[in-house]
Amino acid sequence: MSETNTTNQHVSFLKYQGKYKGLLGWILSTDHKRVGLLYLYTMLVFFSTAAILGLLMKLELIAPGMTIMGPQTYNAMFTVHGIIMIFIIVVPGLPAVFGNFFLPLMIGAKDVAFPRLNLLSWWVYVIGILTVLSSQFIGGWPDTGWTFYAPYSFRTPVNILPALFGAFILGFSSILTGINFIVTMHRMRCPGMTWFKMPLFPWTLYATAWIQVLATPVIGITLLLTVMERVMGVGIFNPAMGGDPILYQHLFWIYSHPAVYIMILPGMGVISEILPVFSRKRIYGYKAIVLSSLAIAFVGYFVWGHHMFTSGMSGRALYAFSFLTFLVAIPSAIKVFNWVSTMYKGSLNLQTPFYWAVSFIFVFMIGGLTGLVLGSLATNVHVHDTHFVVAHFHFIVFGGTGFSFMAALHYWFPKMFGRMYDRTWANTGWVIFFSGFLTLYLPMFYLGILGMPRRYYDYLPEFHGGNIISSLGAIAMIAGILIVFVNLIRSSRHGEKVTEKNPWGGRTLEWQTDTPPTLENWETEPTVTEQPYEYK
Amino acid sequence: MEKITEHTAHVHRDDEGDKLGMWLFIFTELLLFGMLFLIYAVYRYKNPVAFQLGGEELDVFLGTLNTVILLISSATVAMSITAMQKGEKTKALILLGTTLFIAVVFLINKWFEWGAKIDYGLYPNSENLLELGHGTTLFFGLYYVMSGIHALHILIGIGLFVFVYRQIMVNKINKTDYVWLENVGLYWHLVDLIWIFLFPLFYLIH
Repeated sequence: MSETNTTNQHVSFLKYQGKYKGLLGWILSTDHKRVGLLYLYTMLVFFSTAAILGLLMKLELIAPGMTIMGPQTYNAMFTVHGIIMIFIIVVPGLPAVFGNFFLPLMIGAKDVAFPRLNLLSWWVYVIGILTVLSSQFIGGWPDTGWTFYAPYSFRTPVNILPALFGAFILGFSSILTGINFIVTMHRMRCPGMTWFKMPLFPWTLYATAWIQVLATPVIGITLLLTVMERVMGVGIFNPAMGGDPILYQHLFWIYSHPAVYIMILPGMGVISEILPVFSRKRIYGYKAIVLSSLAIAFVGYFVWGHHMFTSGMSGRALYAFSFLTFLVAIPSAIKVFNWVSTMYKGSLNLQTPFYWAVSFIFVFMIGGLTGLVLGSLATNVHVHDTHFVVAHFHFIVFGGTGFSFMAALHYWFPKMFGRMYDRTWANTGWVIFFSGFLTLYLPMFYLGILGMPRRYYDYLPEFHGGNIISSLGAIAMIAGILIVFVNLIRSSRHGEKVTEKNPWGGRTLEWQTDTPPTLENWETEPTVTEQPYEYK
Repeated sequence: MEKITEHTAHVHRDDEGDKLGMWLFIFTELLLFGMLFLIYAVYRYKNPVAFQLGGEELDVFLGTLNTVILLISSATVAMSITAMQKGEKTKALILLGTTLFIAVVFLINKWFEWGAKIDYGLYPNSENLLELGHGTTLFFGLYYVMSGIHALHILIGIGLFVFVYRQIMVNKINKTDYVWLENVGLYWHLVDLIWIFLFPLFYLIH
């Protein structure tokens, strides 16, 4: 046994040969780095699927009337696109992939607190995905939208049960990851790493994990009640039996609004990691970023009502929710100032991760400011349920989480795979993706203000111009995604080898271990003496 | 030298961490039931009379019996943990077995209670229930959902008790390593606590 240990001492986790070989060595591995990559590969497959569904919808909208699909198919498309993108990609997204891979590395631990539970989370995740997808084959594609609003979700003729139950299972995976990360950060920081010496990505994961733990059960019980409504007719959300469908909306958004912060907070953490490294400068206002992350997580619980301004609520409740919505924008804005100030007078190193990070700030600001338009009562009524909303949340969820995911991928890629991607192709992919993204979503703001509703396969002829631009943008963006993915996938196998520990000159712990890391991350346990990001 | 038994990183033990994880899990359970209590509050506020009449339909004797035995079971599982800490394996097993037995009795009582209601035609979506109006439908809808999800937790608890019982038998849980037993105990107290709230809300408030 000790022999195995010595021979494996300097073997990278990618090549390590344990009890199981080949594929089994991956899907049964409790190594946090392998679990992280398992999530990454799973997400790659389903992100591509859902992106193609998105492209098909944009192609349908390229001209008024039926272009390539009818209304029922279109309803199914935006539902499945939404379910996959929300529950399978962006909610687990950054924590499951980069949190698993880098959290233990960044706090100097050998693994997460519960490695087996961690692997179980991935398995639960896969079971959840399969359950959701089985709805395609049992009783037709779901057509309720990803929100499963009552009473349609238990009246629709198609079989919505697998989708509801699958989303419920995916919630378990999310909770288990959250519990695991909180305990890891409380119990496993290396000597010298006090809370306020912890890098910012772990800090945002900490805030996220609390939301995962405290908000996900709410969606769990809500989905379960909808399942029971459909199967047994308990009547809780059914107006015909005395139930209240608005109550469903409340419960749904009590989870789903905090879930937005599950999506964006780790992204903010990634950006806070990348900017100091490529500006060669200490992060501006470390504590402000930490505290604003916690503030976002906290205030984020109390703003759910702004999704329901037109659903029927008392005037007083409307004012309260609108006020709180404005309040939650403040900590996000604090972060933007911190990032910009970090770059100020830095010696900028223009590399692919930096491009993604800066474009993140740009799209995040557009998404955030249009969020205020939606958060104020008068304008909300005007643009409610229009393409304005669609554009807003794609700027935040795709622009925010998506761009930071790409930034993280390009930043940590050499550490994860021990190889470097082709930088020219990476930058080309970014330019095409970024311009495609703006061309796709910016016209939607305009269309929304004109009054084009969301979730329709058809529209009035006056909206044609904007939709043509938007659909062409979608094609460009997909081309960009393709370039980025092909480059990364190719480079993970054939890219230029990286053996140095710290190719970007980062100051956080993950850059002090081997590239790629060995099984237990460290030969000797690291000790921390100074703040992260101390560039002298 | 650390032992590598499977394809895993290091094997590490941290009882405090394990208990912290369990507490976080308990938070998620509280949130889950919390939402059900919220729904109950909303509908009770909207249908006070129907909820009062519904409560009078329930069997207070069976409810009280289940409350008492569940409280006893919480005590026995706590005593079982103490016995394990002292290394008294046999005593721990007997006390754990008692808890397991009570959990099963609780479900048997529940079976008869539900059975009687269903015989009267009081179950979700039944014709009888729908005739009684919206408030009563909601009351019994919530009654079945909430006590049903609680019963599911009892069932999971039984599974956990069987598991830790076996672990004690084979000395995997012992005087120096009993965090599994402690965590199952914590879970059981949670199940008990939720019942403490369910019982008055459904059976006692008139």
